[in-house]
Amino acid sequence: MIKEELKRGIITENPILILALGLCPALAVSTSLQNGLGMGIAVTFVLTCSNVIISMIKKVIPAKVRIPCYIVVIATFVTIVQLVMKAYFPVLDKQLGIFVPLIVVNCIILGRAEAYASRNNVVRAFIDGIVMGLGFTITLCILSIIREILGSNKLWGLNFFPGFQPMTLFILAPGGFLTIAFVMGIVNYFRQKKEVKG
Amino acid sequence: MNINIVSLVQISIAAILINNFVLARFLGLCPFFGVSKKLSSAIGMGMAVIFVMTVASMFSWIIYNYILVPRDVTYLYTIVFILVIASLVQLVEMILQKFSPALYEALGIFLPLITTNCAILGVAVLNTVTENYNFIESIVNGITSGIGFTLALVLMAGIREKLELAKIPKPLEGLPIAFITAGLMAIAFLGFSGLNFFQNIGG
Repeated sequence: MIKEELKRGIITENPILILALGLCPALAVSTSLQNGLGMGIAVTFVLTCSNVIISMIKKVIPAKVRIPCYIVVIATFVTIVQLVMKAYFPVLDKQLGIFVPLIVVNCIILGRAEAYASRNNVVRAFIDGIVMGLGFTITLCILSIIREILGSNKLWGLNFFPGFQPMTLFILAPGGFLTIAFVMGIVNYFRQKKEVKG
Repeated sequence: MNINIVSLVQISIAAILINNFVLARFLGLCPFFGVSKKLSSAIGMGMAVIFVMTVASMFSWIIYNYILVPRDVTYLYTIVFILVIASLVQLVEMILQKFSPALYEALGIFLPLITTNCAILGVAVLNTVTENYNFIESIVNGITSGIGFTLALVLMAGIREKLELAKIPKPLEGLPIAFITAGLMAIAFLGFSGLNFFQNIGG
C-alpha cells in the first residue's frame, strides 16, 4: 500500500506537474537547491500536520464554515514553521522571505484538506500528507537543481562545471517559467507516449 | 502623516512594472493561469482583485499597526491577516449582492477564488511586515499592485486567445505553452527593472 501511495504522490498525482497546484512557491523559491529543499520540508510539515488535525476534527466542524476552520489550522502550523525557521535557520528565512507566511494560501494544503483529509481517517490522512509533501519536495528539488546549475553554475552553493558561463536569466523570474514549462512538457511527452502504447 | 508624492509615484511604478506581482514576484499564479483563457473573465477577475487588494491593504495595515504592534503579538500576523482577508471577501460578496447585483453578477464567481489568492495575503504582508509602509503608501501599493496583476492577466488572456488558433507541439499544449508565454512576458518586463524616473530628484 505504501508503494502505491508513493507512486500516487510522486508520479500519477504529482501536485505541481500534474495537478498544477502550489505554483507560486514552486517558481519563486526554486532558485537554489537549498531554498527548494527548505521550502519543500516546510510545506511537507504543514501539510502532514494539518491533514492529521483536520481528519481528527472533521466531525466537529460544521460544513458551512469548514474552509475558515481549515485555514486557521493551517495558519497555526505555518506560524510554528515561521518561528522555528527564524530561530534556527535565519539565512533560509531571509531567502524565502514572504513565501514562508504564504504557505497558508498554498493551494496544495487547502486542496488536500478539502479533498482528502476531510473524508478519510487519521492514518490515511497522515500518509497522504507525507506522500504529497514528498511529491512537492522532489519536484521543487528538480526545478531548483536545473535552475541553480543553469543560472549560477552551482549546486548546493558549490561550483559545478569549471569554465561554464552561467545564464543569469534562469535564476531570475523568466527562467522559472521557462524551466517549469519544459519540465512539464517532458512529463506530458512521456505520459502521451504511454497512453498511445497502453 | 507626511505624504510624499514622489515616493507614492515610485511605489506605483514599482508595483505595476518593475516588481509586477505575477511576472517578477511570482504571486497569484493560480488565478493567472486559471482565469486567463478568456479576455472577458480576465478583466472581471482583475477588477475583483484590485478591489479586494485595496480594501485588504487598508484593513490589514490598521489591524497590524493598531492591534498587533501595541500588544507585541506581531508573530500572529499570518493567522490574523488570512482571517481578515477571508471575512473581508465574504463581506464584500454580501454587500455587492445586496447593493449592486450587476457588479455581483460580473465579479461574483471570482470572489471566492480570491481568498486563496496569494497575491492578496502577499500585499498585506509586504505593506506591513516587509516594507513598513505608512497608511497612504499601503493603500497606493494595494491599488497599484492590483493594477499590475490585472495588466499581466489581461495581456496574457489576449495572447492565449490567439494561441488557440496556433499549432503547438502536442506535449506543450495547455499549461506548458502558457508558462513559456509568461516566461517571454517576464523577459519583457525585466526591461523595466532599470527604470528610475526620480534619480536626480532624490526619491
